[in-house]
Amino acid sequence: MSAWLAQHLAALRDALRRLTAAPLNSLLSLLVIGVALTLPTAGWLTLDNLRKLTGDTPGVQQISIFLALDAGKRDHSEIESRLKEVRAGPWRFVPREEALKRLQASEGMTEIIASLPRNPLPDAFIITPTEAQPEALESLAKIFSTWPKVAHVQLDSAWVKRFDALLRLGKLVVILLAVLFAGALVTITFNTIRLQILAQAAEIELAKLIGATDTYIQRPLHYFGLLQGALGGLCAAGLVSAGFQFLTPAVAELARLYGANFALQGLSASDILVLTAIGGALGWLGAKISVLIHLRHIV
Amino acid sequence: MITACDVTKRYPEGREALRKVCFEITAGEMVFLTGHSGAGKSTLFKLLAAIERPTSGSIVINGQNLASLRRNAIPYLRRKLGLIFQDRKLLFDRTVLDNVLLPLAIVGHPAREAMRRAQAALAKVGLPNREKAFPIALSGGEQQRLAIARAVVNRPAIILADEPTANLDAASAGEILEIFHAFQQVGVTVLIATHDPLHLPHLQPRILRLDQGEMSDAQTQSSEGGAA
Repeated sequence: MSAWLAQHLAALRDALRRLTAAPLNSLLSLLVIGVALTLPTAGWLTLDNLRKLTGDTPGVQQISIFLALDAGKRDHSEIESRLKEVRAGPWRFVPREEALKRLQASEGMTEIIASLPRNPLPDAFIITPTEAQPEALESLAKIFSTWPKVAHVQLDSAWVKRFDALLRLGKLVVILLAVLFAGALVTITFNTIRLQILAQAAEIELAKLIGATDTYIQRPLHYFGLLQGALGGLCAAGLVSAGFQFLTPAVAELARLYGANFALQGLSASDILVLTAIGGALGWLGAKISVLIHLRHIV
Repeated sequence: MITACDVTKRYPEGREALRKVCFEITAGEMVFLTGHSGAGKSTLFKLLAAIERPTSGSIVINGQNLASLRRNAIPYLRRKLGLIFQDRKLLFDRTVLDNVLLPLAIVGHPAREAMRRAQAALAKVGLPNREKAFPIALSGGEQQRLAIARAVVNRPAIILADEPTANLDAASAGEILEIFHAFQQVGVTVLIATHDPLHLPHLQPRILRLDQGEMSDAQTQSSEGGAA
């Protein structure tokens, strides 16, 4: 066990030695890997922030029933009982006074509302349907619109749906980017390991001749790929964090202008860990393939 | 210790480097494998070190038949052999000490024990004060000593050397042979392939002569000298 550990430590030391033996080369490789990982990471982080922007529960659909302005208490209870009957889902009654108060609280609306002679807003019921299928929602909306004193029925899901579709598209783009750049990372590692093997052909050949197993020869090369990928992942985390740091004031300013309470979320510690692990795994894969192909030619 | 029987090696282009070669080397023997260049000495060396496989016939070392040896068993066979290559294969970007430490690192010896053994091996071949030097700074004879130190640091029971005295002056060559003799004296089996066996009176190695891929009768150096 301790011999096994010692061999792994020796291989790791060897990989580190090779990495630091040509600092400029290593630095350039790390930068290239870092940039390759930066693009999908930044894309993913942007999507994540957009999703947060749409609220904690994205995709929740709502149906709003706006009543006629002359609807009274009796009409409210009539609609309540009908809502219970169709079992549409939980609902909330928003009286017109409350709606006005809320509107007043919004940025820039206070003066406009103050200038109005009377409250133009109707009473409303906001239903969160248990059914999420678009067809079911639309038929519900149709039923609601036939009820007495209902002036307008609005399916609030439309924009959420559009936004969700956009996010899904964004996600696909990010996945595509990730696959592309993962391929790039594997290729970069493949090539650095190929060069390593060429540079050490004499040493590798000798080691084989005096009793080194394939594992012994491959181990430092695998560690080299792993280290390079992991460090590249860290490099990408640094680049993404720096980029977000750079954008944060501008985004905060924009959010303030829209009266929104929104701050950019950068990479968390676990994100950085995952990024490093992904970089390491891809580097290891590139090294593994390179070793399989190029070591065959030596003895 | 080493038994070869009907060993034939034919290369893809059709050249037959060895033809039905048979010989036996017992433990603790010192044997010279002689013959002109192209006689098949290096081929036999490669077959014994499992660098190449015989086309037919069997080579048994320590009870292991090399002809049927699995690929992943080869490293473990080579660890039991002290191999000295014709081109020495020293690593010129490593110090003398690191060159000798390499076989021990491959086997996975603890660092302290490895250091002790490497120093002992260097002392045995007469290079005790050159640990920190790089091979390029050594003379031809010293480089050969370094190659021997690396071969014996794992304490192999068999030493196989391919042309260890080539390109050395007579004095250096004699010293190298003395080193091999010293190992034979402590029970190591030594097989030296050479086109030019030196006549050292107190060494009485058995001679195996290869001629165009075939082995002529085995004889001792002294009897060969008497016949000449």
